[in-house]
Amino acid sequence: MLRIDFNRLRFLVIDDNAHMRRILRTLLHGFGAREVYEAEDGASGLEAFTHYMPDIILADWAMPIFDGLELTQMIRQPGANSNPYVPIIMLTGHSEKKRVTSARDAGVTEFMAKPISAKALYQRILNVVANPRPFIKTKTYFGPDRRRNVNPNYVGPERRKGGKADVIRQTALMDKAKVAG
Amino acid sequence: MAKDKGGKPSIATYGDYEMITPHNPLRMAVSQVSDKDAHDDPVARAEEALAQLSSEFSSWMDSECERLDAARRDIKAKGFTKKTHQALFHAAHDIKGEAATFGYPFVAASADSLCRLIEHTPDMARIPLALVDQHVDAVRAIIREKARPDIVQIADQLTRKLREVTDDFLARENKDRPDVLADILAPPLSPGGQAA
Repeated sequence: MLRIDFNRLRFLVIDDNAHMRRILRTLLHGFGAREVYEAEDGASGLEAFTHYMPDIILADWAMPIFDGLELTQMIRQPGANSNPYVPIIMLTGHSEKKRVTSARDAGVTEFMAKPISAKALYQRILNVVANPRPFIKTKTYFGPDRRRNVNPNYVGPERRKGGKADVIRQTALMDKAKVAG
Repeated sequence: MAKDKGGKPSIATYGDYEMITPHNPLRMAVSQVSDKDAHDDPVARAEEALAQLSSEFSSWMDSECERLDAARRDIKAKGFTKKTHQALFHAAHDIKGEAATFGYPFVAASADSLCRLIEHTPDMARIPLALVDQHVDAVRAIIREKARPDIVQIADQLTRKLREVTDDFLARENKDRPDVLADILAPPLSPGGQAA
């Protein structure tokens, strides 16, 4: 089985709620992480991202100044910073389908609906570390490959022109968001 | 971790898009262990750490409740402005997200109902203060009465009523926005977002 050496990873937790930051810090330290940095809003989160160069970002959605979605879009600007590929795990109390779609289209890597659990957080981290998806760049999108499933019954046009690309088989964000804890 | 940021990404071009496979330095943090060597359980350690923190959850929830009440008092004093509207939403949203973790899962649905009321009323000036009061008072009562053996049933009854009235109100306020109405009335993806 796979094991993560958390003491080799640097985390950045961005959440305006001090209690939630404490909980995430406690969980990450429990996993074995030693470098956990924090920020309490989108603006200081972006600054901390540039300064600390974390390996993984855990970001809340609803935050002052600019929210987790806006932060993700800023980080995902190709060429705007040293690591637009950084895994971003969005932790949020929002659970509507529209929200999950918006987060996916902004370029988040993983989505976790609250309440959080140690097991669910560990699995998201394991996924981004051990099984990262390639990035896709189009005129309108830059972020992790959003294609998850192959539908053998699809008869519509091939939207991605010019050669067959491999489709990465992974659990859809929607399905992950449906699993509580 | 020794930061290995080197290694250029590989890029494959497919007509109107590129597939970029970045160098993955995080792979160095992953190792394969045999099942018999997998005695270390990081999830159990994290859960134990969280359990040790749990003695603080009650006072944390009280402070979140006070924050919600303060947001409500602000609205009564100043009316709905962008700032007071956001403050009330965030207070309710945070309670919804934290409820289960703090040991109050039965209050999440009431907090969620308040979030829906605030978020989906197109004109914030039309949000009924009485309905806001009922939600805030319900959340506070449920938290206060946590120790009651029938608190789950009480919370369920309160929430059902609140949800019914709120859905009715939102349906009327959004009758000219069928796409929004479909979103509002669709079930949430995660069970934590459902009414009790």
